[in-house]
Amino acid sequence: MITFDKTTKTYEGNVTAVKGVDFTVEKGEIVVLLGPSGCGKTTLLRMVNRLESISEGKITIDGQDSMSLNQTALRRKIGYVIQSNGLFPNMTIEENTMIVPDLLGWSKKEKKERFHKLMEMIGLSGEKFGKRYPHELSGGQQQRIGVIRALAADPPVMLMDEPFGALDPIIREKIQDEFLQIQKEVKKTILFVSHDIDEAIKMADKIVLLRGGELMQYDTPSEMLVRPKNEFVREFFGKDRAIKSLSLHTIEDLRDMIGLAEFDDAIADTKTINVNHDLRNTLSMLLNQEADQVIVSDDDGNKLGAITIDIVQQYLHYEIKAKPAPVLEGV
Amino acid sequence: MNKKKVISLVVRYSVYGLVALFFFWAIRNHYFDYIFTESSTFWHLIKQHLQLVLVSSVLALLIAIPGGILVTRKSFRRAEWVVSNTVNLGQTIPSLAVLALMISILGIGFKTAVFALFIYSLLPMYRNTVAGIDSIDENLIDAARGMGMKPVQILFRIELPNAAYSILAGVRTAIVLNIGTAALAYVVGGGGLGVWIFTGIQLFDNGYLISGAIPVTLLAIFVDYLLRLLERLIVPEGSKPPQEM
Repeated sequence: MITFDKTTKTYEGNVTAVKGVDFTVEKGEIVVLLGPSGCGKTTLLRMVNRLESISEGKITIDGQDSMSLNQTALRRKIGYVIQSNGLFPNMTIEENTMIVPDLLGWSKKEKKERFHKLMEMIGLSGEKFGKRYPHELSGGQQQRIGVIRALAADPPVMLMDEPFGALDPIIREKIQDEFLQIQKEVKKTILFVSHDIDEAIKMADKIVLLRGGELMQYDTPSEMLVRPKNEFVREFFGKDRAIKSLSLHTIEDLRDMIGLAEFDDAIADTKTINVNHDLRNTLSMLLNQEADQVIVSDDDGNKLGAITIDIVQQYLHYEIKAKPAPVLEGV
Repeated sequence: MNKKKVISLVVRYSVYGLVALFFFWAIRNHYFDYIFTESSTFWHLIKQHLQLVLVSSVLALLIAIPGGILVTRKSFRRAEWVVSNTVNLGQTIPSLAVLALMISILGIGFKTAVFALFIYSLLPMYRNTVAGIDSIDENLIDAARGMGMKPVQILFRIELPNAAYSILAGVRTAIVLNIGTAALAYVVGGGGLGVWIFTGIQLFDNGYLISGAIPVTLLAIFVDYLLRLLERLIVPEGSKPPQEM
């Protein structure tokens, strides 16, 4: 758990980068620090492991004031991932990954075991890559190594500064999914800096939206999209924020809430979609007019019902206006 | 690409050819004879020459590299331009002038020569140390600090290994230059192979000239080769520049 208490950062010459920010990151949650460039998100992140000093207020980690802890010990207990992966060219992948365990004095055997376990987590062969050097790996592989390096000593807290920002969109998406999968297992308390709205919506349990060092809103992604607190938040997420919010919901959610339409076996031109699909992609599919009827099926291929633009619209209506769920006829 | 290769091959073998031709000419005219007829003097001069180079280079090494490291520390950053300019100044004074200056202070002899050579070796070593450390990506240092490495650990595990190639290149340049410059030690009575070279010039005796100059050249080439081997051993695999891998 990380708590920010009126945390403020003032540079010489009275430039305030972070102004009295208050919020708490709950244990096991990913909180994304989001905002335009120069909003203070990276500064705020770097104040947690004291790469930046705290001018006023405080940051507590698991109830302990970060300033009361030994700086080196504090940093070794916090995983740190940066955009440019920060792998050391003079060290092999194994040496790079095991830096913090090495600093903490783990035995050779412990380090070896840990390395292979971590490599397994990201689906790379420890045997094959362990003795290689960073420049021999692709960008995506390097960034994965950067992530497991931060996880190496199993720190409770992780700081990630635009960790996937330098990757191309396809690989970025893959690594995001992979990381969410890992997070399900390891349940770290994570602060994650991003300037990419889609990434924030995808990764975050909660989003901290910052402007000029001030906290604009701290909420779950869907709350922020659906109920922006002020004009800045509204504008920041853009006119298509309703569509963006749909990516947070699956057909399953919609089915639980209002049910699906009945499907008609007589219609020949049909397409099938899995019930775990998110609604944003589903809506795109419907809008593309790819078929006359879109049938929803579960993982075993059982047909659950049909979905139409109408139903998605009703669901949105419910979500945004918080109106009681309409009941579809014939369900 | 291919054309370049052909040209470089042609150039390389023409040079080899010229060198071979030169040796053929020199041996036919018995220009190397002094090495054998006065072999005890020859070995004495070589020993002196090596001593000059060794003492001055080791002294420079001990000052320049720690100096370069010190100047790249955060708290000493401000001193960098003062130190750099002072060291640069040492290099801009012509070598003969340095020798002349040193004579007026230290008199003539071995010490004066060593001191002048030492001054000369400082700059390449110092400059490459600073450049090597400065060229390390700021993000690496940031990552290292963020992971809880102490400044000393960052220096020895990150900065020096990644700057090793540049630092050693500076050392190599300095020592190889030093071997050539050490021939001037004769002027201040410092001995070395310069004795034969200058004797050869003064007496128009090609034999002395070549028996002095060629060993100096070969020495420089040999030491350069040795130091390259050393570089290959010391510089970590991942930090070598791509063309050498």
